[in-house]
Amino acid sequence: MTVIDLSKTNLRDLNQRLHDLNGADRTNEWRITNPSGEHAIAVGLNAPINVQIDGPVGYYCGGMNKDAEITINGHCGWGVGENIMSGLIRVMGNASESAGASGRGGMIVIEGDASSRCGISMKGVDIVVTGSVGHMSAFLAQKGHLVVGGDVGADLGASIYEAVIYVKGKVNSLGADCVEKDMTPEHRENLDRLLQEAGVDKDSNGFRRYGSARKLYHFNVDHADAY
Amino acid sequence: MTDDKLPPRRSASFSPEVLAEIHRAANQGVYEIRGFGAKRALPTFDDLVLLGASVSRYPLEGYREKCETNVTLGTRFAKKPIELKIPITIAGMSFGSLGANAKEALGRAATGMGTSTTTGDGGMTEEERQSSKTLVYQVLPSRYGMNPDDLRRGDAIEIVRGQGAKPGGGGMLLGQKITERVAGMRSLPEGIDQRSASSHPDWTGPDDLTIKIKELREITDWEKPVYVKIGATRTRYDVALAVKAGADVVVLDGMQGGTGATQDVFLEHVGIPTLPAVRLAVEALKELDMHREVQLIVSGGIRTGADVAKALAMGADAVSIGTAALVALGCNKAVHIEDYQALGTEPGYCHHCHTGLCPVGITTQVPELEERLPPEHGARLLKNYLTTMVLEAQTLARACGKSHLHNLEPEDLVALTIEAAAMAGVPLAGTDWIPGRGAT
Repeated sequence: MTVIDLSKTNLRDLNQRLHDLNGADRTNEWRITNPSGEHAIAVGLNAPINVQIDGPVGYYCGGMNKDAEITINGHCGWGVGENIMSGLIRVMGNASESAGASGRGGMIVIEGDASSRCGISMKGVDIVVTGSVGHMSAFLAQKGHLVVGGDVGADLGASIYEAVIYVKGKVNSLGADCVEKDMTPEHRENLDRLLQEAGVDKDSNGFRRYGSARKLYHFNVDHADAY
Repeated sequence: MTDDKLPPRRSASFSPEVLAEIHRAANQGVYEIRGFGAKRALPTFDDLVLLGASVSRYPLEGYREKCETNVTLGTRFAKKPIELKIPITIAGMSFGSLGANAKEALGRAATGMGTSTTTGDGGMTEEERQSSKTLVYQVLPSRYGMNPDDLRRGDAIEIVRGQGAKPGGGGMLLGQKITERVAGMRSLPEGIDQRSASSHPDWTGPDDLTIKIKELREITDWEKPVYVKIGATRTRYDVALAVKAGADVVVLDGMQGGTGATQDVFLEHVGIPTLPAVRLAVEALKELDMHREVQLIVSGGIRTGADVAKALAMGADAVSIGTAALVALGCNKAVHIEDYQALGTEPGYCHHCHTGLCPVGITTQVPELEERLPPEHGARLLKNYLTTMVLEAQTLARACGKSHLHNLEPEDLVALTIEAAAMAGVPLAGTDWIPGRGAT
């Protein structure tokens, strides 16, 4: 395992060393200590490496990740795993705003709470939050899944497209064009798979499903009050 | 009372155009959506003239003495700044809004001229990357097709905060243009009306933007110039904040800037014209001692070499063209007239990019229409047009005694109207008066 102490190594050198592995197919273990809320740690990775970060991170940790598995042993700032393509990012703490924003693949697991706009503009990523999420989560969500073990703030799934949301706790309110849908056996199975892949100890019992009513897909003057 | 008949009298407030728009709104219950840009009359570079050399200044000989045109963009932080042979770039226009042939034609022409093209709100296509030697990759609020591989394959990164046609508004692509390929690139269902966000999903204010730029630089190992594109509104502040956030280049798009589709009310009523915006941007850069260190690209209503020369004289490093490039490809040309008429318009008036039924095969995804624009032919047309613009700008610069287009300066300009003098910050012709500044 390679250990990098960010109180002694600067961020540019760290990311460059990780990028030098891009395209490699070998597993590689990295541990980063003293992140101290630094922004843009381990962004743009493109190799099946394991990166463990011990401590809190700032904005965009793991941004645009491909293939790598990143574990953050601490809280994280805005946009953790933004535009993730593949791989796994696990946060052993709380996540600030816009977790997984516009993520296109892979998985983000937040073993704590996530703030507002969790999963905003998501395009295929699967996001599993064991705790609660804030308002405007899954705003403009296009594809992928958002699983919330706790409660959800206002305007869940506003202007949602084809993403699927599962929530166990209370939903403060639904956003424009987001509706509750039947929890079919197929969706229950899908949720079980997501929870298993996320490696979180949650029972799929009691989850409800939300998605798009598809009423805003084409402009209709009689739906203008929903815009 | 007499029984003399008076001629019909039109109302200035309720002109035939206003009456027709009210009737249309009453029928449809929705704002008009269209392409192109603002159609209202605005102060423009036409309201300025250049002061050619005479006894007090010495001109350069046309055809004999060199007038250089090259520009370097991204000298502030990027390891690999962009070198362009001409200071006219091609603005961002999405695949989706434009067809693949049009995108390829833009790329081929730009490559032939030694300049750059820009992706747009829909991601990077392979044809575009192959045809354009210098390609600027846009990071937009929608993040359609966004991925780190294309980010690294781009030669520069342009973070789009807004555009002149609709500052504060998001992208729009109506269902008839969302084909299987376009939908796939955007991770959207086929055929739906797509209204993309006006704000980025993972940053809001200038302090966040600073961190976002840092992230993009880290992902690309600090190689690429990072542009920040803004629509012209509160230009002085926006430019200053973009510079503070770490931009290498500011792209400033005035309200004459075009679009593939947006609300008519947005096009005509939001933003400020390019003319005052350039002055405000240059003033902001000078206040920060960043003029020429952070390069300024100006767009929105650039049509001729005269526009280029005047924008550069006001302090821009380069200009960018979108609508004008499409006109060079054949937009609004008087061919296939029956297809214009089927859209309810005529050549010269068409703004029907939003319908996807472009009669000349530019803003369409319909194969039969796209065939009307073979990429090689389109590239030839645009190359000719760009060459003409460069020759025109050089002619004007030489007349002012300049051996490089960048040597043009505000002192080479005067204004023909009081409004233009105030907006551009140059004297009214024949006076030393700049409105708002008193006599010098």
